[in-house]
This record gives sequence, structure tokens and C-alpha cells, in this order.
Amino acid sequence: MASVMEIYQLLPKTNCKECGKSTCMAFAVDLLARKVTVDDCPPLVNEAKYKSGYEKLSSMITPVDGVTDTGLIVHDEKCIGCGNCVVACPVNVANDPLGAGSGKAPTSDKVIFKVEDGVVKARNVQECRRFGENRILCVACIDTCPTKAIEFV
Amino acid sequence: MCTGCALLCDDIEVETEGDKVTVVHAACRKGVARMKGCSEPLECTVDAEGADMDTAIAKAASILRDAKNPLIFGHGNSSSEAQKISIGLARKTGAYIDDTSSFCQGPIVEAILQERLRTCTLDDVRHKADVIVFWGADPSNSHPRHLSRYSYFPRGKERQRGWEEDRKAITIDIRKSETAIICKDERFYQLPAGGDAEFMAALTNALSGKVPKTSFDLDSKRILGLSNIMKKAKFGAIFVGLGLVYSLEELDPLFALMDKLNEFSDFHLIPMVGQYNMRGFNHNLFAETGYINRLKFDGDSKELAHGPENSVVEVLRNKNIDAALIIGSDPLSSLPLSIARHLADIPLITIDPCNNLTTSRSAVTIPCALGGVESGGTAIRMDGVEVELKKIFDSDRLSDQEILKRITEAI
Repeated sequence: MASVMEIYQLLPKTNCKECGKSTCMAFAVDLLARKVTVDDCPPLVNEAKYKSGYEKLSSMITPVDGVTDTGLIVHDEKCIGCGNCVVACPVNVANDPLGAGSGKAPTSDKVIFKVEDGVVKARNVQECRRFGENRILCVACIDTCPTKAIEFV
Repeated sequence: MCTGCALLCDDIEVETEGDKVTVVHAACRKGVARMKGCSEPLECTVDAEGADMDTAIAKAASILRDAKNPLIFGHGNSSSEAQKISIGLARKTGAYIDDTSSFCQGPIVEAILQERLRTCTLDDVRHKADVIVFWGADPSNSHPRHLSRYSYFPRGKERQRGWEEDRKAITIDIRKSETAIICKDERFYQLPAGGDAEFMAALTNALSGKVPKTSFDLDSKRILGLSNIMKKAKFGAIFVGLGLVYSLEELDPLFALMDKLNEFSDFHLIPMVGQYNMRGFNHNLFAETGYINRLKFDGDSKELAHGPENSVVEVLRNKNIDAALIIGSDPLSSLPLSIARHLADIPLITIDPCNNLTTSRSAVTIPCALGGVESGGTAIRMDGVEVELKKIFDSDRLSDQEILKRITEAI
């Protein structure tokens, strides 16, 4: 996953404010969070000298289809359906200890991850530990994914 | 029950529409692809022309009857019942019989059946194992649900706190596989190709308190660290992949390591079997003859010849066979061309649900029902546990068991 500094380095760094943000760094932060798109930076799109930066950023910032409220994205094309995230997710374990927590197919409706047709599907994302008042930076699903198909933005 | 690989996951739910599986819950991509059926189902043909089942079976019987030295090969994707009939058919026709284990996990399964190696079930691993070693195996690709269902992530009776605190997974491989990435760098031991026997000897030395040395200069402190982890294990499991089987010329270093480990700890070994019932064939043939594969029956004298010269690779290389019956396998794709070429010169009979390279060169093709979806039976999981396969829906295609029975009757 790209860092905010990597994104910033590819922007014009002129703080021209054409995008409506006060600085290029602010734009980079919003780009990482998928609040804006690469095309929202007019100099980057229109000026030839920023062309390579524009192309790199476009491939770096993957489309945001299916992004959930907590910023969780599952890249369907990368997922192999191994179910590591289903079993490792602490919320799944707490809500379904004998199903998902024990390695079997989830038996509760409260789980966050569930494999369907060989691809993991995220649901009940409001239960995710990265969401809400007492959020923490949980990485159980990202760390256990062999193909890096899960990303938080 | 999913028949995508030898894990035989039994927690799968499917939604169906007529005779098609539409949605599969909980299975991995491999399992979904298997359960949704083939994109190109096999047609019933004789000499590449459409035929009915009776004609195809009669032709198959006449090819086997006329052949002096037929080969019966495959079996990894058949139920145990079909395998038993196939063994009977080989006995009757005086055939060579073999399966994919002769160039796969055969030596390990044989050692387990002869009680040279200790083994345990996958459920034992889930409930008890605290040290898990993947040696020459990459289950993230070969058996996607292995880590999540049994070996690393799930909570078990004696492993309630999850993988971060309760389990240590170690990967030993020649490349940094996806399993190695999950197990993290400090638990990954990278060996040069063919270095497994030497590493095994070094690890055995480390366990005996000697300084481990390897010609490829692997840090001896790391080997000692690994030996300490293994010594302290309450319940250890080694999953042997093909990478290790192909690298060892003989199994003695593995026996020595396992014996040494069991002086200090409680270690078990499970082969990473690929096809869903390959181990079943080994068990069934072992129960009947005392050998797991590579057999030649002599029709009249009821004598058995066993040995590497009767393996599918050697009989093809030496052109010893004059006809072949292939059940649920694709040797033309899986064997090297120089060896498989002989298959194209002899009459082939294939029984398979799907089209593949071997069926395209066959004199007789007989479509069968998809095991675990359209036909039931029993199968043996990679850890030796027998499980019941349930049929999901009825099909007008015969099961491989039924087809083999009718061929046997026709002969």
C-alpha cells in the first residue's frame, strides 16, 4: 500500500490550491483516503511535465469500488478464498467461536468476513475494531492474507 | 464435502438451481471450481465419434481383453469403492496398476502405513499442535484452507489463544512462498535446491547438542534456534510437501530426524497429498496386497510383481504396455513429454468428468459423474481419516464405480 509521502512526491508540490485544498500534502492525505481522485488535481492532468507522476499515481491509487465505511477493500481478483482472515479476525472469533474461530465455516450472522464463491465478502463492517469510538489499528486480516487482497484506505 | 483437494472440507454449503451449483459458501477457489463442474464436459466417444455408453463399455472391455500388458492408472480422483473395483479389474486382466503417488507422496504414505513414521490427524493438529513445520510445501497455493482450517489460525481445545500466542509455524523451502510470507521472515529457512537432506542432518545434530554445519552456510545459530523451538514443542506436526519428497533420494535422514525429535518431544508427520483420494488408493491397495502402488498382476498365476520398474513412468519409458485405462487423471499433461509420448501410440480408454489433453488422444472416452457432487462414496483424507462423500444431486451420468463395474462384467 502506498504511503502519503510516496503520493506527495509524485504531486506538483506547488501548493497552487486549484484543487481547493490548502496544500499539496493535504491533497495527498485525501487521495490516500480515496476522498478525492487523481483527476481532481488540474496541473497534474493538464501539464505535460507532470505526465509521468500522473501515470504512476493512477496505477498506484487503485479504484475504490466496493470500499466499505471502515475503508476496508477486498480485491476480488487477488483473493483465493483461503479463509485465513475469516478465522484470524478477532471479531469473527468473538462472535462465532465454534464456527469461524475454530476454522470451520461461519455459523453466525455477526461475522465480518465470510467466503462466498471462493472470494471473501466483508459485511457487518461497523463491528470492525478499526471503526467507531474505541478504534484500534488492528491488522489481523491484512497480516494473514497470503495474496495481499485486503487493504484499508 | 468438497473434493477440490485432499483436505476434503466438510463445512461447505451450496445453493443449487436445477442440476447446477450456483453459489458455494466457505469453499476456496479451488473447491468452487471443482464443485461448479467443468467448462467442457466429456462426451462419450469411440474412435473420436459419438457413441452410447454400452458401445463404449464393450469397446473398452475388448481393448483390455486383447491387451497383453495393460496399464490401469489414475485413481486419485475416484472414490474408494471405485478404486477397489479397479484393483479387481487389474487382477483379472493381469495389468500394471499405479497411481499418481508413484511420482508424488508415495514414499511417505508407504512409510506411514509401515509404521516407520508417526502420524496424527488434522483435528489433532488443530486441537493440540503448537509447532507446525511446512517443509517443501506451500499450502497457501496447494491447499488454500489448510492454515485456516487446521494448522495455524484456528482455535482448538488446547490452543485457545490463537496463532499469535499459541502456535509457531515454520516454513522450510527453496523459495519464499506465500506460506513463508505469512509465517514471517524469522521463521523461514531458505535452502538451496537439493539441500534438504543436509539441512535435516544439521538439524538432527543440533538436537543432539552438536554444532550444526551446512555447506551452504546457513547461520548455525538459526538452526540451533529452530532445534530449541522443536525441542520445547508440546505437540509438533511436520507437513511434508513435494519439494521435500523430490529432494530426498532416500528417507533415512527423515527417519533419523523424526526419531531424534521424538526423544525430546512429540512430533508427527502428515504428507501434503494433492488429489482428494490418492491416499485412499494407497490404503486400499496396501490392504489387499501389502504394497501401495507400482504393481503388476499376473492374470493366471495370481502372482504379484512390485517395484520401481512397474511404475507408470518406467513402464511408459520402456514401452512395456500395449493399452491403458486412465481414470480421473491427465498423464499426458502431468508427465514429461518424452515419457508420456508412448501413451499416444497405444489405445487409451479414459474415464473422467471433463475434457483434457489425454481424453483428446483416447480411443474410448467415458464421461463419469463428478465425485462428491454427482456421486457419493468414501474417501481418505490426507491424514488417513476416512470420510463419507455426499452426493449433492442426481445426475444421468454414471459414477466411475459403476462404469468400472460394467467394464469388469463385460470382460
